[in-house]
Amino acid sequence: MNNLTSWARIGILAGMALSPLAQAVTPADQLAAYTTQAGAAAQPARGQQLFTSRHGKDWSCASCHTATPTGDGKHASTGKLIAPLAPAFNPDRFTDIAKSEKWFRRNCNDVLGRECTAGEKADVLSWLLTLKR
Amino acid sequence: MKHANFKSFALAGLVLVCTAAAQADGGARVPLLPKYQQECAACHIAYLPGMLPAASWQHLMGSLQKHYGTDASLDEGSLREIGGWLQTHAGSYKRVSEAPPQDRITKSAWFLRKHNTREVPPEVWQRPAVGSASNCAACHTQAADGRFNERDIKIPR
Repeated sequence: MNNLTSWARIGILAGMALSPLAQAVTPADQLAAYTTQAGAAAQPARGQQLFTSRHGKDWSCASCHTATPTGDGKHASTGKLIAPLAPAFNPDRFTDIAKSEKWFRRNCNDVLGRECTAGEKADVLSWLLTLKR
Repeated sequence: MKHANFKSFALAGLVLVCTAAAQADGGARVPLLPKYQQECAACHIAYLPGMLPAASWQHLMGSLQKHYGTDASLDEGSLREIGGWLQTHAGSYKRVSEAPPQDRITKSAWFLRKHNTREVPPEVWQRPAVGSASNCAACHTQAADGRFNERDIKIPR
């Protein structure tokens, strides 16, 4: 019995230790986090503008994701298929903070030559969430 | 009789040559590391580790922030895991052992020899469905699974 309790305790502790790695969240949670971090309300129209324009480099976000990311996109250099980015069309999107952060970091660097601010991420995500079936 | 013997000899020879060629392609078949599949094959097919020598993989993994025109940077843990796996399974077959220019598989001597202008006329690379020599899957229909057998080749019109 004592043994069982200590195993249960270890299990709970292990679960607590591992849970931040999983970071399973909803797109709305992530938008809320970026908005809080930015300290201002997200603006979908500004997000769309950022997404579809070029910013002094060869590519815009739309170069790979298309200007309406409700359908498949195509990697601008390799041609590899990219699944839809809008959460309503692809339930996997924006459900893993580490993954979202990784792609924002890489892709903002490719498109803007720098990391995106929390406000910019909030704008883009809020616009993506307006795209409904 | 003599003729039949010659035929079976030729066939045996052909099998040997094909096996050697398959080895030159990608070395012995290694199951792909799930992390490699997840991180690298998000943007391009999972190129077999045996297609480049260890020196090329080391250089590529050390410069992911500038990876052929895009930022493909990874976190430390993934970098170590994938980098270590690539070092273990890098190409060591003699044709793969030399680092190609810009660490490009498509600039390797074995690649150029197997895709010479007689096998693949220059206009084939220009076709919209192909676009680039790095797009293995355009013609090697099983490339995503790491299979490059001659019988799986289907060149798009």
